[in-house]
Amino acid sequence: MMKFQTLTSPASCLDRDDIDTDQIIPARFLRTTERTGLGAHLFEDWRYDADGRPKPGFTLNREGAVEARILIGGRNFGCGSSREHAVWSLLDFGIRAVIAQGFADIFRKNALRNGLLPIDVGAADHAACLAAAAAGQAFTVDLEAKSVTAEGLAFGFDVDPFARTCMLDGVDELEYILKHEDRIAAFEREL
Amino acid sequence: MTSKSRTLYDKIWDDHVVVAGSGTPSILYIDLHLIHEVTTPQAFAGLRARGIGVRRPDRTVATADHVTPTVSRNAADAGPLAVEQIRRLEANCEEFGIPFYGIGHERRGIVHVIGPELGLTHPWLTSVCGDSHTSTHGAFGALAFGIGTTEVEHVLATQCLLEHKGLNFAVEFDGRPRPGVTAKDMILKLISEIGIGGGTGHVLEYMGAGIDALDMEGRMTICNMSIEAGARAGLIAPDDTTFRYLSGRPFAPSGEDWDRALERWAGLVSDPDAQYDRRVRIDSGSLQPMISFGTNPSMSAEIDARVPDPAVIADAAERAQMTSALEYMGFTPGETLLDQKVDVVFIGSCTNSRMADLRAAASVFDGRRVSEGVRALVVPGSQQVREQAESEGLDRVFIDAGAEWRESGCSMCIAMNGDKLEPGQRSVSTSNRNFEGRQGQSGRTMLASPLTAAAAAVTGKVSDPRTLLENRS
Ligand code: SF4
Repeated sequence: MMKFQTLTSPASCLDRDDIDTDQIIPARFLRTTERTGLGAHLFEDWRYDADGRPKPGFTLNREGAVEARILIGGRNFGCGSSREHAVWSLLDFGIRAVIAQGFADIFRKNALRNGLLPIDVGAADHAACLAAAAAGQAFTVDLEAKSVTAEGLAFGFDVDPFARTCMLDGVDELEYILKHEDRIAAFEREL
Repeated sequence: MTSKSRTLYDKIWDDHVVVAGSGTPSILYIDLHLIHEVTTPQAFAGLRARGIGVRRPDRTVATADHVTPTVSRNAADAGPLAVEQIRRLEANCEEFGIPFYGIGHERRGIVHVIGPELGLTHPWLTSVCGDSHTSTHGAFGALAFGIGTTEVEHVLATQCLLEHKGLNFAVEFDGRPRPGVTAKDMILKLISEIGIGGGTGHVLEYMGAGIDALDMEGRMTICNMSIEAGARAGLIAPDDTTFRYLSGRPFAPSGEDWDRALERWAGLVSDPDAQYDRRVRIDSGSLQPMISFGTNPSMSAEIDARVPDPAVIADAAERAQMTSALEYMGFTPGETLLDQKVDVVFIGSCTNSRMADLRAAASVFDGRRVSEGVRALVVPGSQQVREQAESEGLDRVFIDAGAEWRESGCSMCIAMNGDKLEPGQRSVSTSNRNFEGRQGQSGRTMLASPLTAAAAAVTGKVSDPRTLLENRS
């Protein structure tokens, strides 16, 4: 898993509620056997018209959008399917943190297991983030301190402590489970 | 722990904790791992990169369903990418000794249809699959949920997952639904009430007279869509209906094992004074058929409702969302949902592709014709469902009505295999998701029961199926 410690970057705004995984990466792009290359199709149907031309109003088509490592969504980000391709496509595009007013459970887990940081915010901080992003400000996300700062803006966030440690150190959770092999074997003997 | 009263979820959870977490997630044992072609290639590649094998191939079952063609039993008919994904799964299963029900196998079908059908899904089990509708299996009193590909790799390697326990949410359906109203209508009603994030962090336990009255197929329809309310899983306590369904199925226990299993399963209910973090009650006895009008399943209403007016929504974000959903769907506020023109009808998916669903649809199609200009697809959930339907002559009913009778698979639920809506087309579908583009780029999906979908097929417009059923008696 990719390490995550601090990040300083401008943000892209996609202020819609219930952004589902079918929008993040439409199913027709799941016919792959790889994790890579999906960034090209991130938000494909919102990003491109039927002829494959970039839609001018869409946030990822703005000048400078490819520099943004942070995406700001609305409420309940990542609902719908369990496809980890949604997380892979965000990462492949270059997004390392998503700020939203809540995440769907499976998306959150998939994100944490791949080094994509989901940051929960309340309504007031959310509005402030959108304003700061629209003004082109850079945000600094510090996972150790669990804080987000930008000019005139600072707030803390909660993250599962175990997942945080794994992300800070770039440690894979599978290693952790494998360390308990004796316990798993003992459990299986009782089945 | 034992002195405290517990819910069904608490009990299954407690019995599967290998290492209890303290500040860390718990390590949870997984009894049954179902896998399919789309979400596994990267997990097997990960195993290989680490040089580890599959811990319990005997607790793993594979099938191909998402990209398989429904026009034939030849993978090439779904294109080269589909061929490659299926080939990859077959090779991975062969290498690691996992049973694989591939194209041409009589046991193949949608993963959430074949699990129960083969008797793999039992009460008390933990079961996972790299697919969010794994919640379906909760209908048997199994703790079943969808996982991502990294977790698929964890389970392949260790038969375990790292999990934080969720919260308990009691959903009571307090009346037997009236004729023409089905499990699909019940679950759409619930989601329209609690919203698509309403179940986040929770496991829903469905209960009440409305649930007791349902057969296993209806219960599966309900649990299937738990994820559409954002829930981690859905659960129904097993009862005689459950045991009758399971008895005699290929992977159900038999002989003395069956008796022992029954003893164990019979006690698998929530304690009478168990505490729930949240409760909701739905009056299912007075329910109408439901249909979705927007771009997520919570945007559903009674079939005789009008398209809502976003202007009356106070919250700005919700108002914007509704406005954009109606624009996408091509609906005008205030117009009726009834009589909206329909281009395609899709009867299928892990929500509604089992025998009871096909029989219900056939009862509407019987002696009628699919309306001029409407394309109707009937896609059974598994090859066994397909065979059973054919032995009952349902295929003839569909074909004589002018509908297409297909091989089993996910088909137009997810539009990965070539079965899809054309841009702008409106469908009434028995599947579970009406997200933008879900059934094909710029396609417009209205979710409904098999009865309502069949009624739309024969009338060419959104119709109350009860008017067609009444004409029958
Ligand atoms: S039928 Fe649809 S929802 Fe069910 S497993 Fe297939 S793609 Fe997923």
